[in-house]
Amino acid sequence: MSLAGVIGLALFGGWVIFTLMRSSWVTKQNEFVAQPVQFSHAHHVGGVGLDCRYCHTSVEKSSFAGIPPTKTCINCHSQLWTNAPILEPVRASFRDNTNLNWIRVNDLPDFVYFNHQIHVRQGVGCVTCHGPVDKMPLMYQAKPLLMEWCLDCHRAPEKFLRPRDEVFNMAYQAPSGAEQLELGLRLKKEYNVADIRHMTSCSICHR
Amino acid sequence: MTLADVRSRLAGLEGRAYWRSLEELADTPDFKEYVHREFPDQASEFNDPAGRRTFLKLMGASLALAGVSACTRQPEEKLVPYVKQPEEIVPGRPLYYATAMPQGGVGVPLLAENHMGRPTKLEGNPEHPASLGASDILSQASVLNLYDPDRSRTVIERGDVKTWNAFITAMQAAMTSHRALEGAGLRILTEPITSPSLVDQIQTLLEDLPQAKWHQWDAVYGARQGGAPGFDAIYNFAKADVVVSLDADFLGWGPAQLRYTKDFSSRRRLNTPADALNRLYVAEPVTTVTGANADHRVAVKAREIHDVVASLATGVGVNVGAPAGTLADDVRSKWIPAVVADLKANAGKCVVVAGDHQPAAVHALARSINQQLGNIGQTVHYVAPIAASPADGTASIVELVADMNAGKVDMLVMLGGNPVFNAPADLNFVAALDKVAMRVHLGTYVDETAERCQWHVNEAHYLEMWGDVRAFDGTISLIQPLIAPIYDGHSALEVVGALNGVPKPGLDLVKDYWTRAFEGQTKDKWSLNDRNGRAFATADAFWRHALHDGFIASTSMISNPPSQAAPASVGAAAAAPSQPAAAAAGIEIVFRPDPHILDGRNANNGWLQELPKPLSKVVWDNVAYMSPRTAERLGISTYRVGNQNQELIDITLPGRSTPARIPVWIMPGTADDVIAVHFGYGSKKSGRVGKDVGHNVFGLRSSAAPWFESGAQVAKAGETYLVVSTQNHFAMEGRNPVRAVDLTEYRTNPKSVAALGHNRPPKTLTLYNPDEHQYNGNKWGMTLDLNACTGCGACVAACVAENNIPVVGKIQVNKSREMHWLRVDTYYEGDANSPSAIYHQPVPCQQCENAPCEVVCPVAATVHSDEGLNDMVYNRCVGTRYCSNNCPYKVRRFNFMLYADFYTPELYAQRNPDVTIRSRGVMEKCTYCVQRINHARIDAKTAGTPIADGAIVTACEQACPANAIVFGDINDPNSRVAKLKAQERNYGVLEDLGTRPRTTYLAKVRNPNPAL
Repeated sequence: MSLAGVIGLALFGGWVIFTLMRSSWVTKQNEFVAQPVQFSHAHHVGGVGLDCRYCHTSVEKSSFAGIPPTKTCINCHSQLWTNAPILEPVRASFRDNTNLNWIRVNDLPDFVYFNHQIHVRQGVGCVTCHGPVDKMPLMYQAKPLLMEWCLDCHRAPEKFLRPRDEVFNMAYQAPSGAEQLELGLRLKKEYNVADIRHMTSCSICHR
Repeated sequence: MTLADVRSRLAGLEGRAYWRSLEELADTPDFKEYVHREFPDQASEFNDPAGRRTFLKLMGASLALAGVSACTRQPEEKLVPYVKQPEEIVPGRPLYYATAMPQGGVGVPLLAENHMGRPTKLEGNPEHPASLGASDILSQASVLNLYDPDRSRTVIERGDVKTWNAFITAMQAAMTSHRALEGAGLRILTEPITSPSLVDQIQTLLEDLPQAKWHQWDAVYGARQGGAPGFDAIYNFAKADVVVSLDADFLGWGPAQLRYTKDFSSRRRLNTPADALNRLYVAEPVTTVTGANADHRVAVKAREIHDVVASLATGVGVNVGAPAGTLADDVRSKWIPAVVADLKANAGKCVVVAGDHQPAAVHALARSINQQLGNIGQTVHYVAPIAASPADGTASIVELVADMNAGKVDMLVMLGGNPVFNAPADLNFVAALDKVAMRVHLGTYVDETAERCQWHVNEAHYLEMWGDVRAFDGTISLIQPLIAPIYDGHSALEVVGALNGVPKPGLDLVKDYWTRAFEGQTKDKWSLNDRNGRAFATADAFWRHALHDGFIASTSMISNPPSQAAPASVGAAAAAPSQPAAAAAGIEIVFRPDPHILDGRNANNGWLQELPKPLSKVVWDNVAYMSPRTAERLGISTYRVGNQNQELIDITLPGRSTPARIPVWIMPGTADDVIAVHFGYGSKKSGRVGKDVGHNVFGLRSSAAPWFESGAQVAKAGETYLVVSTQNHFAMEGRNPVRAVDLTEYRTNPKSVAALGHNRPPKTLTLYNPDEHQYNGNKWGMTLDLNACTGCGACVAACVAENNIPVVGKIQVNKSREMHWLRVDTYYEGDANSPSAIYHQPVPCQQCENAPCEVVCPVAATVHSDEGLNDMVYNRCVGTRYCSNNCPYKVRRFNFMLYADFYTPELYAQRNPDVTIRSRGVMEKCTYCVQRINHARIDAKTAGTPIADGAIVTACEQACPANAIVFGDINDPNSRVAKLKAQERNYGVLEDLGTRPRTTYLAKVRNPNPAL
């Protein structure tokens, strides 16, 4: 094989790896996941209009947003759809005091310490990372969750920030282009969002 | 190399010369070679040519695959919410509960960190007078015992698995027959107990069965030699200007250690050169943590402590007659008169402390000295013993064994303890035990004693049980469980309850006792008030308050000093020495419990095995300490290189059947003709960690002399044994890492500390852009006060617990591969046989501003944060170890193997969820507890406030009983750390290299007596 062939093959191999790493096969982006109960965010959020915080109670005060205990489901489903076959696992969990085992959809590597509390506080909307949850009949991962994707925002949060009172608003429409930058910079200052040096320090997320 | 050679070398040195070990002092070419290696013992070499070729091939292949490894899909993970979530729980945030750890029956007050139902870390209870927020090595490591996979898991009857209910039925049947005999054949053997509810249950039992007897034995805490003093002493070191310790390790040992260190170190901290320091005199046979902190220390035999205290008593005017005269001349004619003069000059502001291992006569004499000087009520209070009777464990077990041998015992219930392993050798406990028809054992492990009992009940860990306990000052603490019993264990209280016919859960028994106590219906009367002295409205209000605070303030004898009883009569105090003078010849054996594994009860705790023992830094073994001079006399080579094999010796005592074989460790500062051995090692029945580790020396220990005995014969066994010590690891080769000055010198010239080292080069003297990092926000820094630090090592244990630091084992430690992010270096000064001073220096990552590690990393796995931390990114690290090679402080640790235990499921729950568990091939180091920094920053930002000084407490700082470690923001001129760094005592280690370390030290200022 000629030298050019070897180099070409190496480059091709590199391109394959580079592409594969960012492919949705590796990142699991846009993959639907079978859950013990086919819970629909589209119905509960988009249809019924529940606030995110009704179930994800610790999103404003902890690193972990919280997965609702079975009791939260039963609050309503002791009255509504009490005999629906689809809800039998929920009733069984409550009746037998056994936990529901959900499959994690937005799963970061274990060496990443993401914190919901600070993101919500600084004006990062739920939709910004989780996508249009109110239109998801089954939950899927809307973004690649690669480090370069995190850094897009950590390097320039003004591109994504929204007012605090719009964080949980599913229907929020960000202003376009220059107006968003202007708004983002204003919010960044108002919310005391740290500068790029701080936000890209490794120990902010890795420890 | 002989002692004389070292002496001549030492004489040739100028100024203060510090040395870490005798090997360093000898400075042989072999030792130089050892130090020059970063990782000794061929840890990082490929000498075999074939091996190197294979290595390069593998290296190439792994480089090619490095990128691909990121392409693996993450495994599926489950999210498991509660069915009904408890109200207080916020997932992701820990909860803290007050509880207490019984240590020898006495409580160490703690706060337990609980992550969704699993305790992961213990801290001191900051409001409790016996802790004030500090914790020690044993309490830090006790959480690992909870998750120990080798704990006893079931009730066992003659080897068969049984249930708790079956045990209750069997006990009730047995008790019915004993009731008919009024308990004539029933004996209960416990460890020392202060728990009011347990004492109440035992007393109920003894009232029902008046012929039954209660015995106590505890090899560590309950044994007395020469009679037990009829009182406890509670010292107030905060008020003492002069402290004389007579074989008392009050800074390094025991449940009172935390408060005593707090008080003592409060008198060692300097803000300005004008501040006053206390002065500590120590006379002791073995170098202890307390001895290492002395301004003037003399090494005397344990037997001679009586002579020392008698001489002191005579000196201050107590009439005790002429003391016996075996003391060395320089002690008698120089040290004692100087101490006496200092004591007299500080009457009422001084204190004489007698050691736990000394006989009652020494305690009585120390008390009469304190009485004579008017210290009682000022620096010391004498109170009735905290532990419930009977107090003298040795006398108690002697009586029990005599009864067993006489066939008077039909049923023996052992609540905790392992007497078959650790009872005095002369009693032959095993033979006596076999004569008892019914043997019942409650214990954490299926140990030597459990094996010989018909019934064994698995004991609950204190984090799994309800109970109560008193601290050394008498304060009552409630013990509340942090987790349901993992293996369905039961407490001693529940077992005695079952014997009494009330087989209730511990909660009911404890709550029932305290409800009755609140109503004044119990035998012991307690004054139960809150911190402001107010009474509680209801029993329930009292119960909730006690659980929340973890203690009842009104029961503290520190906060509420008792009125003093009449002094012991001085005539009794002058009693003869505990041993006849004829036995004085030969070598004296001093027995001490191992500082970490105690009498073997912690042998299966890997953290405790691997934490270096104070001063010697020996790990995973017990050794026989002796002075260089004694070793030379016995023909044992004094100087080794690195961790080479140590000589084994056989120790024989008259009357003991078999000699004990144990390796030698030459310990500067040990009294001549004294051999100190740590007992507790050598169990054959411990779990996977502790089994067959170390040497069993219980065979030497008798009931007559559990703490020291003269007349030993010592012979070289002619064999060697590998003892591993970390003392020579990561040596910085004599570049004055510690700096010490005398108080007078510091007062006349505050610049004297700076003069001891080289100057800090200007910031611009660097190849890199000096303005690259501006540190406009927070700028984290730390100070370590060498004056306050006692060298106890609690910081290292706290760091291990907080940061998921793995255990590597003896063989790996021998290769300098221990993973502790923080080490405590010990430096000696002066003569090899009797060093004039000993210094301790904790060394975490120095977080350099010009960090040598960062610039050499080829993959940017260690980088500077905007706040000045040297961030370590595990997922980027490829393991070149260039950073460690370039670190002048040697604070980086490399995972040469998969040290973190990925495969023992019992241990998963112990780990701190906020810190990554590192895998093989990754470098790691101190992060200033960045997880705690991040939590505090996020909370401050959420609240919209700056991070308050003291809101971030690193694990080491939190544990430190001496408050020697202070962390904070250097940019804030009002922060504690900024103020400390402004002191003249502040210096950085190896600052002349231009590394600009963020961790700096406050120099040791000693307070020697000018008369000595």
